[in-house]
Amino acid sequence: MTRPTRRVVITGIGVRAPGGAGRKQFWSLLTSGRTATRRISFFDPAPYRSQVAGECDFDPVQEGLTPRQIRRMDRSAQFAVVCAREAMADSGVGFAALDPHRVGVTLGSAVAAATSLEREYLVLSDAGRQWEVDPAYLSPHMFDYLTPGAAVAEVAWEAGAEGPAAMVSDGCTSGLDALGHACRLIQEGSADVMVAGAADTPVTPIVVACFDAIRATTARNDEPERASRPFDATRNGFVLAEGAAMFVLEEYTAARRRGAHIYAELTGYATRLNAYHMTGLKPDGREMAEAIRAALDESRIDPTAVDYVNAHGSGTKQNDRHETAAFKRSLGDHAYRVPVSSLKSMVGHSLGAIGSIEVAACALAIDQGVVPPTANLHEPDPECDLDYVPLTARDMEVDTVLSVGSGFGGFQSAMVLRRPDGDRA
Amino acid sequence: MTDKVVVTGIGVLAPNGRDTEDFWAATLAGTSGIGEITGFDTTRYASRLAGLIRGFDAAEHLPKRLLPQTDVSTRYALTAAASALEDAGVDPAELPEFDMGVMTSNATGGFEFTHREFRKLWSEGPSKVSVYESFAWFYAVNTGQISIRHGMRGPGAVVVSEQAGGLDAVGNARRAVRLGTPLVVCGGLDSAFDPWGWAAHLSGGRVSTSTDPARAYLPFDADAGGYVPGEGGAILIAENADTARSRGRTGYGEIAGYAATFDPAPGSGRPPGLRRAAELALADAGLRPADVGAVFADAAGLRAADAAEADAVRELFGPGGVPVTVPKALTGRLFAGGGPLDLAAALLSLRDRVLPAAPPTSVPRAYGIDLVLGEPRHCDADAALVLARGKGGFNSAVVVRRTDPADAPG
Amino acid sequence: MAQLTAQDVISLLTRSAGDLEFSGDPADALDLPFDTLGCDSLALLETAARIQDDYGVALPEEVVGDLDTPRALMAAVNEAANQGG
Repeated sequence: MTRPTRRVVITGIGVRAPGGAGRKQFWSLLTSGRTATRRISFFDPAPYRSQVAGECDFDPVQEGLTPRQIRRMDRSAQFAVVCAREAMADSGVGFAALDPHRVGVTLGSAVAAATSLEREYLVLSDAGRQWEVDPAYLSPHMFDYLTPGAAVAEVAWEAGAEGPAAMVSDGCTSGLDALGHACRLIQEGSADVMVAGAADTPVTPIVVACFDAIRATTARNDEPERASRPFDATRNGFVLAEGAAMFVLEEYTAARRRGAHIYAELTGYATRLNAYHMTGLKPDGREMAEAIRAALDESRIDPTAVDYVNAHGSGTKQNDRHETAAFKRSLGDHAYRVPVSSLKSMVGHSLGAIGSIEVAACALAIDQGVVPPTANLHEPDPECDLDYVPLTARDMEVDTVLSVGSGFGGFQSAMVLRRPDGDRA
Repeated sequence: MTDKVVVTGIGVLAPNGRDTEDFWAATLAGTSGIGEITGFDTTRYASRLAGLIRGFDAAEHLPKRLLPQTDVSTRYALTAAASALEDAGVDPAELPEFDMGVMTSNATGGFEFTHREFRKLWSEGPSKVSVYESFAWFYAVNTGQISIRHGMRGPGAVVVSEQAGGLDAVGNARRAVRLGTPLVVCGGLDSAFDPWGWAAHLSGGRVSTSTDPARAYLPFDADAGGYVPGEGGAILIAENADTARSRGRTGYGEIAGYAATFDPAPGSGRPPGLRRAAELALADAGLRPADVGAVFADAAGLRAADAAEADAVRELFGPGGVPVTVPKALTGRLFAGGGPLDLAAALLSLRDRVLPAAPPTSVPRAYGIDLVLGEPRHCDADAALVLARGKGGFNSAVVVRRTDPADAPG
Repeated sequence: MAQLTAQDVISLLTRSAGDLEFSGDPADALDLPFDTLGCDSLALLETAARIQDDYGVALPEEVVGDLDTPRALMAAVNEAANQGG
């Protein structure tokens, strides 16, 4: 096996998540243990089984996008661009002075332009009445919603990136996998700087309906702010959400040389397929455990070095038990000692975006010395018997974090972030 | 363990051939798969020609229980993956499950399937939406379904970069093999030819409006006026050369080099990135331009884009310095399937020492490229360069090298 | 509504699952567990949705989750239909 030699660090973070714009508001929400899930306001949710979501109050004009950008870009692309700008500014990298050939972009998304597809569909099909749609009403941007590479282009233009660029679309692990992909490109020398992360804006009728059909989302509509209850005995499905997180990733020595603020180093990443079922999970957690083991191995650390585990924690019974089993299988007894928490209790599950949003929280946990809690966890599921940091954030020194994701299609991914050595306690 | 990654199996589903050898025979014979769309009434549309796969009966290839839950594009991908594994002589049940990965590209997802579900939702209500919509639509579906069908539990990945994505998937697979997964199923197949998908294709404004199948898609022609979209593509089995050899296989050839670049923002005045992708892929392969015996071009079929690609090839290889071939003139542009199908054609060209020809066209002299036209051409070279571009600015390049017969296990 | 027959329930399941691990007289499949028939939880949910479409009978989610054989499904639908009408 060829061992990568170049190291990768996070030097800039931008976040749009339910409950506030920007990484500061995001972090304030998480550390206060407040939740940002609410009754769906984007359309009338009454006909749907699940009527709650993590929605963002996102105003593209206020966010600095031009009318032309707003017209052509899907909402998810708008999120990606705005987060990329925040991350780039945060990093302090002078992008204009970089060699564009050495800058790349990786954008994760599970359903990409779903919002625009549905909007255009209603126009073309006379609100679903026609099967043979009327091309006279075709938007010139429809092609970019059919195949959503355009979102990658928008981010690349922001960064002046002319290196490798692609969208990673691995369903609900896209946000972790996009960062893993970007990491490999820096490690192998294909790029020095990557603007990478993920965006998804799936709070739209077709996506709500397709999760309704398989009962994956919660039907607890009476208390929207308490709807997402990972690891709780009363949880009954996830809460759909939207959001984005983008990062500036840099090669370690270059970041050090310019005196950059380094949030964390990405020391290990792995993904495995479960080859089991498109939506189902085997209770033994074997493939996720294998991904965790491989990510720890690449980081050259023992499971006991992990200070905090950021769980997938979607709040389906199947996931919570699968994941708990995977932690026990991969971390051994340490699984019972290490704090584990789920952000989805507060910001919901933004499909392809959430993996990146969770990595933002992991980097901030290392940087700020606080572990975010699992909100709404009052009555633990007896089969989920780990320390899920219920309700209240925990102040503690965090050097090493494991973040995991799991998604339809059988994708199981794991990433390890560490405080760069030298800075470690 | 070697860093060398070889292709040991090919599975093709193309508009001009429903398996690898049919496709190859049709390609060498100049048989086109471009024709009229017949699935619905196209009179309201500005274009009506596409490269469609005819006579494919999914039930002949797939277990019945996969039919309610799959879009046509996934049926193609599953069929091509099974053929590629068979061609490679791989029985996945005999290999360690974590030693096999699946890395595909997808440009349009399960579009026809999702069109039906959008329609049900909006004309009949949410309760009519299929339970299978939650995964039949999304871009990750083919990697998941291939993994499940063949019990592959190694790394998975899906990339979307329009027509360049198929080569990126192969690049990802090569990286994964080098990082320690001995076998990775890779490639891509796409299809979006329901009425909504067709409308979406046309919205890009780059599809040919010609009604003559023989003249609709003329890459590098002075009269190039757009492309014809098509469906299908290819799945390849990328394998560590040592593990392949240990089971008696040298493969069709080596994935010797790969690179991807992105074009600068419009109006920046900076040069496009295709040439740089080609140069980086050659450097990655440790080859010089003179070592390359053929270029499988992206072949946009639009004057400005064709001219830009001709510039890149001419600048890199010199005027007329390398034969340029465009087998996709016979299939149309296949989105995520385009790059992998060109790779399949490149590997078969190196195997059979022959380059496929496009129907005769009139190439502007200023392009300075040696386009293989009319009759297939003998080719002694041991390496070929495959190029692909995706709308928005994606450029990808893969270099394949013929496997030396002397490498064959004794 | 008319009562669901063995033929009806097996053909609904076959349509939703794509195929069942069974051939022969539908009556003989009624007591085979869904697992044995190769009918997973998604196929069962799809079947319940189609029963709602075709017969207007909505089975409560908890009921669907507890069903283990075609006979149990048939009984649940027929009982719900009788109560409804």
